[in-house]
Order: sequence, then C-alpha cells, then structure tokens
Amino acid sequence: MRRIVEEQFEDVHQQRDAATMGMWLFIATEALFFGGLLFAYAVYRGAYYRAFSEASEEMSIVLGGVNTAVLLCSSFSMAMAVQSAKSSRGGRLVFFLALTAVIGAVFLAIKFTEYYEHYQHHLVPGTHFQFSGPHAKQVELFMVFYFVLTGMHAVHMIVGLGMLITLVILARRGRFLGEDYNTVEFGGLYWHFVDIVWVFLFPLLYLVDRSGQ
Amino acid sequence: MSETHDATREYTVTFAVLLILLGVTVGVSYLNLGWFNAFIAVGIAATKMTLIAMFFMHARSARRMTLVVVFAGLFWLGILFTLGLSDYLTRWSLPSPDVWTGQPRP
Repeated sequence: MRRIVEEQFEDVHQQRDAATMGMWLFIATEALFFGGLLFAYAVYRGAYYRAFSEASEEMSIVLGGVNTAVLLCSSFSMAMAVQSAKSSRGGRLVFFLALTAVIGAVFLAIKFTEYYEHYQHHLVPGTHFQFSGPHAKQVELFMVFYFVLTGMHAVHMIVGLGMLITLVILARRGRFLGEDYNTVEFGGLYWHFVDIVWVFLFPLLYLVDRSGQ
Repeated sequence: MSETHDATREYTVTFAVLLILLGVTVGVSYLNLGWFNAFIAVGIAATKMTLIAMFFMHARSARRMTLVVVFAGLFWLGILFTLGLSDYLTRWSLPSPDVWTGQPRP
C-alpha cells in the first residue's frame, strides 16, 4: 500500500491545504505572466484601435466560438473527474480524465487548423505577411500578439495534455481514489486556469469590433 | 452519495451558464456600443472566470489562507494594470515608427 500522507505532514487534510495553497500561488504567477502580455496588448489596442478591429475581422468567429465551447466542455469533464476521484469511482475517473484529454486535443486540432488558414491568408508576421490597406503594419502587430498569446496558451494546453495522459495511466493503476484525490484536484486547477486564460483571449482577439461601423 | 449528486448538478448548471455567457459575449460584440463593447466583453470574461474559479476550482469552499493567495494574485494583476495604464493613458498616443509610415516624423 502506497503511503498517501508525506512524512512532513500531520495528516491528509494538512497536506491538502498546503498543496492547494501552493497550487494557487503557481496559478497567481501564471496569471501575472499572461497579464503582462495582455497589458501590452491593451496599450497597443488603445493606440491602433482601427487596425486591431480590422485585424480581428480576419478571425473566424465560428472556429473561435466553437473552440471556446469545446474548452468549457473539457473543464466540465475535468470537474467531473475530480468528483469521481473524490467519491472513489475508479472507472468513471479514468473515463472523465480520458474524455478531458480528447476534448483538449480537439481544441488544439481546431486551433492549428486556424493557424493553417492564417498562413494561407498571409497573416503570419514576417516576410510572408501581406495585408492590403493603410494599417498593414499595425495589423501585423496585432497578429504578433495573436500568435504569442494563443501560442503560449497552446503550449499550456500541450503541457496539460501530457499531465492528463500521466493521470490516466496512474488512475488505471488504481491511484487517486478517496482521500488520495489531491493530484487530480491540482491537475484540475491547472486545466481550469488554462480555460480561464482562453475565456479572456477569445473576446479580446476575435471580437474586437464586430458591429462593422 | 447525495453529496456527489449535488456536485454533478452544480457543475452542470455552472457549465450551462458558461455556455450562455459565451453566446451573450458573441451576440453583444455585433452591437455598436462604442467603448462600452470592450467593457462588456471583459466584464463577461471576468464573470466566467469567477464562475469557473468558484465552482470548478472550488474557491468557494477554500480555506482563508488559500483565498489570501487567490486575491493576492488578482491584486498584483491590478497593480500591473493600474500603474501601467496610469503611464500610458496620460501620455500622447504612441507615434508609429518611421519605417511603418514611410514618412519622417515632423
């Protein structure tokens, strides 16, 4: 039998409290990381509002909207996985963890389809970039923000997928049930945080100004 | 097991509300409300963040010590934005670099 409580802790509750706080601390630093990027975005959006609104119209609202819904689904599934671990239902736990990973992979597939479309439309910043209109350079700047923000988000998703696959393998060996659910809970915290980042990215990048005035 | 059933229902309701808010944020973006559009977009995103944090991430039932860390994170983000914007919002707008416009700056 594997020991659940590490030796520096009094009991499983103290261990859970300490680890929960540590996980939130990590999330706070991650929020500041994305916050810096979003702040820079805000400054340039204020400076080049027209260009940012023109550039945003190049985004597919259908793909972006569907992807937001997809990611919300994966968060729901992750919450269910934590619930299953807590209530010691191993089969359900494996199912929901795997489901979360599959939905996450769907998100990435849609995201990379969008990247391919941007490439075909010459929207990738660099020598390949082409945009007609007076604001071409500012549109290119928007695309830099777009690729850095969604790219960093995608990197977090890929890390999350690796984490989920590890959790599935361990859960299949009968781990994480009952009082041992901490690891799944913290994996969930990370996954939901990545979801929250996208919740902000979607309106900021896809919906700058759709009213078309 | 009643506890489990309650949580499932709670998650389902949260999930449904999140999807509705997604629809609202897309819909509102097609209305022309001027600067208020950005305000609403960020406001809805913040609401979704709060829902995810409270229900999916269990911040609602977190201990006070954990909540201190959660709010410290938000507070630091606040410092980043207020101090940063207090600079940029009180300056003249950023001039485009010469190579962008092709014309020397006056």
